Amino acid sequence: MHHWKPICLLEDIPPLGSRIVQRPSGGDIAIFRNAEDEVFALHDQCAHKNGPLSQGIVHGRKVTCPLHGWHFNLETGQALAPDVGSCATFAIKVEHGQVLLAV
Amino acid sequence: MKKQKLVLVGNGMAGVRTLEELLKLAPDLYDITVFGAEPYGNYNRILLSPVLAGEIALSEIILNDRDWYEKHGITLHTGKTVTQIDRANRRVVADDGTGADYDYLLLATGSTPFILPIPGSHLPGILGYRDIADTQAMLAAAQQYQHAVVIGGGLLGLEAANGLKLRGMDVTVVHLGPWLLERQLDAAAGQMLQTSLESKGLKFLLQTQTEALIAGKSGRVAAVQLQGGLQIPAELVVMATGIRPETTLAQAAGLHCQRGVVVNDAMQTDDPHIYAVGECVNHRGIAYGLVAPLFEQAKVAANHLAGQRTSSYTGSVTSTKLKVTGIDLFSAGQFMGGEGTEEIVLNDPHGGRYKKLVLQEGRLVGSVLYGDVGDGPWYFQLLKEERNIQELRDRLIWGPSSGAQAQQPGQNSAATLADSAEVCGCNGVCKGTIVQAIQEQGLASLDEVKKHTKAASSCGSCSGLVEQILAATLGDNYTPTAQRHKPLCACTEHSHQSVRQAILAHHLTRKEAVFDALSWKTPNGCDKCRPAINYYLLSSFPHEAQDDPQSRFINERAHANIQKDGTYSVVPRMWGGLTNPAELRAIADAAEKYRVPTVKVTGGQRIDLLGIRKEDLPAIWADLNAAGMVSGHAYGKSIRTVKTCVGAEHCRFGTQLAMDMGIQLEKMLFDMYAPHKVKLAVSGCPRNCAEAGIKDVGVIGVDSGYELYIGGNGGIKTEVAQFLCKVRSDQEVMEYSGAFLQLYREEGWYLERTCHYLERVGMPYIQNKIVQDPEGRRAYYARLRDALKNAQDPWESSRAPRPIQQFIPIQLQA
Repeated sequence: MHHWKPICLLEDIPPLGSRIVQRPSGGDIAIFRNAEDEVFALHDQCAHKNGPLSQGIVHGRKVTCPLHGWHFNLETGQALAPDVGSCATFAIKVEHGQVLLAV
Repeated sequence: MKKQKLVLVGNGMAGVRTLEELLKLAPDLYDITVFGAEPYGNYNRILLSPVLAGEIALSEIILNDRDWYEKHGITLHTGKTVTQIDRANRRVVADDGTGADYDYLLLATGSTPFILPIPGSHLPGILGYRDIADTQAMLAAAQQYQHAVVIGGGLLGLEAANGLKLRGMDVTVVHLGPWLLERQLDAAAGQMLQTSLESKGLKFLLQTQTEALIAGKSGRVAAVQLQGGLQIPAELVVMATGIRPETTLAQAAGLHCQRGVVVNDAMQTDDPHIYAVGECVNHRGIAYGLVAPLFEQAKVAANHLAGQRTSSYTGSVTSTKLKVTGIDLFSAGQFMGGEGTEEIVLNDPHGGRYKKLVLQEGRLVGSVLYGDVGDGPWYFQLLKEERNIQELRDRLIWGPSSGAQAQQPGQNSAATLADSAEVCGCNGVCKGTIVQAIQEQGLASLDEVKKHTKAASSCGSCSGLVEQILAATLGDNYTPTAQRHKPLCACTEHSHQSVRQAILAHHLTRKEAVFDALSWKTPNGCDKCRPAINYYLLSSFPHEAQDDPQSRFINERAHANIQKDGTYSVVPRMWGGLTNPAELRAIADAAEKYRVPTVKVTGGQRIDLLGIRKEDLPAIWADLNAAGMVSGHAYGKSIRTVKTCVGAEHCRFGTQLAMDMGIQLEKMLFDMYAPHKVKLAVSGCPRNCAEAGIKDVGVIGVDSGYELYIGGNGGIKTEVAQFLCKVRSDQEVMEYSGAFLQLYREEGWYLERTCHYLERVGMPYIQNKIVQDPEGRRAYYARLRDALKNAQDPWESSRAPRPIQQFIPIQLQA
């Protein structure tokens, strides 16, 4: 079962932007907010060469890796064609302006 | 001998074309005076629609600027309407009292839009569609209001509707006829056109009469009332219900008029001293509204005015090649068929293709083409020659290349066209003339063909065919224009050029406004278009548009260069490549404090600190700022460095103070955002130790001043910078370099380096703007200075509380 943990306020993430969540166990999580105020959480490592996806440009429900321009679907973590690969996703939601991450 | 006096009333396409033809035949025969009611030189009225649609700028449709009149000694009165012709004394008088005597008078007063005589037709917000002022009024309305109604589904109406839709308005076309363009198309083609336009968001009410125009509270039109009482909202109404020859002046002077000024085959009115051409004319009972017949009339009138009196105008067979909103249409002759005619029809509505040929007694008498109009000129030729086509009949519908062998890839209808076939109907240019001009004058682009032959220079609908002829004639040496107009990215059909033009034309200052105005296909663009749009907004309106950090690549958001492991590199600016012990000490301290693993000297004469964690960036900036250093912008589509040699300050060969010049330039350009990175170099002598030959702007000191070079590049493909000009003073180096960089900032496409921009527009274009036009140069320079007047160190401004958030990770507690 999910244990929802409050992370930050929605307004702490810029629209079409992201923040990094550092875990004590290592392995950063990138949390994204799009223009419709949907939030997404992905392992902050591109499937290609481990680029920090949190630093990419967010558009629609996608993010572009800053290192070599791979595109990922924020919902599924799948790379978009022609590239092949995927990143781990995490459950995340917003309640009363509070962003909650499942850990 | 004293010259005779010729006065032209009407500064439009027909009148001025007559003068052009006359000047070719008899350059010194007349003292010429021109009166125009509009406040401009002669412009191409046909291209007002692309201006409305945002495809081209107003400045691009000028045919003859004021210099042309001056060069030919023509007196031009603009903004003056001639109100009286005194035939007894051979004198005309304008509304402001300006007068001119004539030996010969040429009337080319054109036509006026027909305004429906219905209640409310004179309310504010109701326009005809005729001139620049109408176009500007529509553009202004599109910015302010939402609903437009166009009355009339003819060519002009559809162009207005399409333009207003592209400008973001909700547009309904009300049309009395049974289908669109019923004078140019048959029902089937008209229906295909409607379906296609509906898919672009235009709405149509056919066979519908307009009863009245209803005013709103402000007094401006607010709604259109249709037959049956239905009202639809409209804060802008464009009446495109036809044109009437403008004969007010001729009638007042007692000239014989009957739906147009009546002329004979010499284009002469019933007063032998007065000629008339263009849309104001009635010739053998016909008033022409297309440009091709008007140009034929112009030729004849010029022949007679030149005293040769050898040619005569006997009327024109017209074909219509139309480009409505990117859909190609062609019609000619009796395309509706009728008694005693047969039809061959190819109908593929799903594939967007329709062809109808009308035959009578073994001859082609009419044709309608929709979608693929490449064979239009061939059919038109058959039609005009009245050739017997019985033996072609079974292949006729497939076009001229049918009986031939399977086509080679890339081969097309242009290759099979006879040299005598007319390509440009407006200007009467046939294929042979174009091929000859391409071969003899070495033409390589559509623009050059337009300039030399006039083909495709009026309505432009034959541009595609001219390109095919270019391709067929030049073979591999040809680059299609389309490549220069490719879409910015998959989110849109618009090119870099048209996006920038739309931003300027509508004064857009936010990315959302761009997405709306140009009907972006994605909700918020992508990683390709967003940075480009952000650049175009900021460079167009530097003090109005807000920077959008989320539309910038991470390097420009973090003011540092991301490395393969996700760490960043930090490069403090060293003006002109100079530093001092205090700065070096601060850099050394910072490198130790933040445990910088790699310290490297860069190619741009400064020091790179590599391997810094993102969360340490604000702190290291603070330390470097405290020592008086600022960001080196080593990460941006912006000014990078000005590399210098030691110059006359130290070098025994130096002729100029290269370090000092470099520092001045770098300070002037600090924080300059550009389509791509920009690098400069200043060398103190032609030995060129600063390698100015591979920089975007290279400055080389010589004894008498400086040589300026532009468009160099040391990247993937080395490009040697080209000589721009020589200047004398430091101040001129600043002004010329600054003006060129501003030109590049205004015209370069996002991610286009100066070498590619230079390749695209050509050196003569840049020299014209920067070297030959001092006033223009100073204006570019002033705009650069203005854009940079609030330049800020991004390190310092990014340390403010709000933006700093992005640098701080959120800690997840165990």
